[in-house]
Amino acid sequence: MTAIVDYDTGNLRSVCNALGRIGAEYIITSDPKVIRSARRVLLPGVGEASSAMEKLRVRGLCEVLTTLTQPVLGICIGMQLMCRGSEEGDARCLGIFDTDVRRLMPCKEEGIKVPHMGWNRVEEISSPLFKGVDNGAFVYFVHSFAPDLCNETIASSQHGRKFSSALQKRNFYGTQFHPEKSGIVGDIILHNFMEL
Amino acid sequence: MVAKRIIPCLDVKEGRTVKGVNFVGLRDVGDAVELGREYARQGADELVYLDISATVEGRNTFTALVERIAQNINIPFTVGGGISTLDDAARLLDAGADKISINSAAVRNPALIDKIASKYGSQFVVLAIDTKNVDGRMLITTHGGRQITQRELFAWAREGEERGAGEILLTSMDHDGTRAGYPCELFAALSKHLSIPIIASGGAGSVNDIAEVLSTGKADAALAASIFHFGDTTVGKLKNELYKKGIEVRM
Repeated sequence: MTAIVDYDTGNLRSVCNALGRIGAEYIITSDPKVIRSARRVLLPGVGEASSAMEKLRVRGLCEVLTTLTQPVLGICIGMQLMCRGSEEGDARCLGIFDTDVRRLMPCKEEGIKVPHMGWNRVEEISSPLFKGVDNGAFVYFVHSFAPDLCNETIASSQHGRKFSSALQKRNFYGTQFHPEKSGIVGDIILHNFMEL
Repeated sequence: MVAKRIIPCLDVKEGRTVKGVNFVGLRDVGDAVELGREYARQGADELVYLDISATVEGRNTFTALVERIAQNINIPFTVGGGISTLDDAARLLDAGADKISINSAAVRNPALIDKIASKYGSQFVVLAIDTKNVDGRMLITTHGGRQITQRELFAWAREGEERGAGEILLTSMDHDGTRAGYPCELFAALSKHLSIPIIASGGAGSVNDIAEVLSTGKADAALAASIFHFGDTTVGKLKNELYKKGIEVRM
């Protein structure tokens, strides 16, 4: 059973639908006990980092999330909250990944638009999470902030600057892109997570 | 580099797609979910479902359909048609839509853009604009081009961006349905004028037209209906051609 962490950051439906499509069982919960005992944990999220962080705190989820030992996957804001901190709302985050989340900068001359929205490549991929995925495969992004490169980077992407499009530290995984909207490649990545 | 997007548009009436092409192996061409899944399989980057129902029952059927689309399609999709309130947008978001497109209702009530964008984010709001050349002025039209307003294209698009729209879906009513190509200079000028992505719609008759609007027209995406529905080409073939022309597309 996969616990999808519900901390009131809006729509969990697309993640649920994606798990449904690949035949994975899940439970939507904000109960630390249920999260602790789940086989896997998925931390989704949309919205603004500092208020999302506050919602985790209010629900008393910070400690449980940082001490989990089963596979954990953060998606988009979910991954950003697993970093040290974010420029968005000057948020102090969970500090699982040893990197910071910074704003992407638009550049009209180079056609760099922010938010970074659409299909872009994941490069330098290295992790069981990407088993069966080609280096340079396209995945779907929607975001204005992104984590810097670090030792825990398992995929990088380029939009103005190069950033971590996926991170891994021990049992903790994160993707800046949305596997639940990334077509077949996304299905493979979610399937891989379910095999961890 | 973000890939240029190819977006098939499906018209839905009373819960059924109209104008669908009969792909080999597709059991029911009127089934919006099956048709969408086939487009996704061919390599579509996004889908747009446009509700053209005129009845309340049709609208309700559409919401139920959006739920089924969200369950079955693994790429982003936009829904449009008849969205005129925050509640309409909320209902479609809850059903699983990734984005909504608004058109006439935003012209009538521009604050609708702010309301939806501030509640659900700019990435959720596509501002659809239908424009027409009237004595040399590019004016905004509503109700499928039947009503001409005094709003100018460039001012309205900028206002939409400032109010929080995340993308502009632009149709030139002078080109729509002609299959004679897009007004590329117009698209390039608008692209220079705005910071948000522009989706080109209306006028594609060939692969070259689409290549043209994505390169010289500087559009970020191309939306097309008839070129796919009439079976002239498939999404896969189109993207292959674009790739050969040096345009970055997701293969």
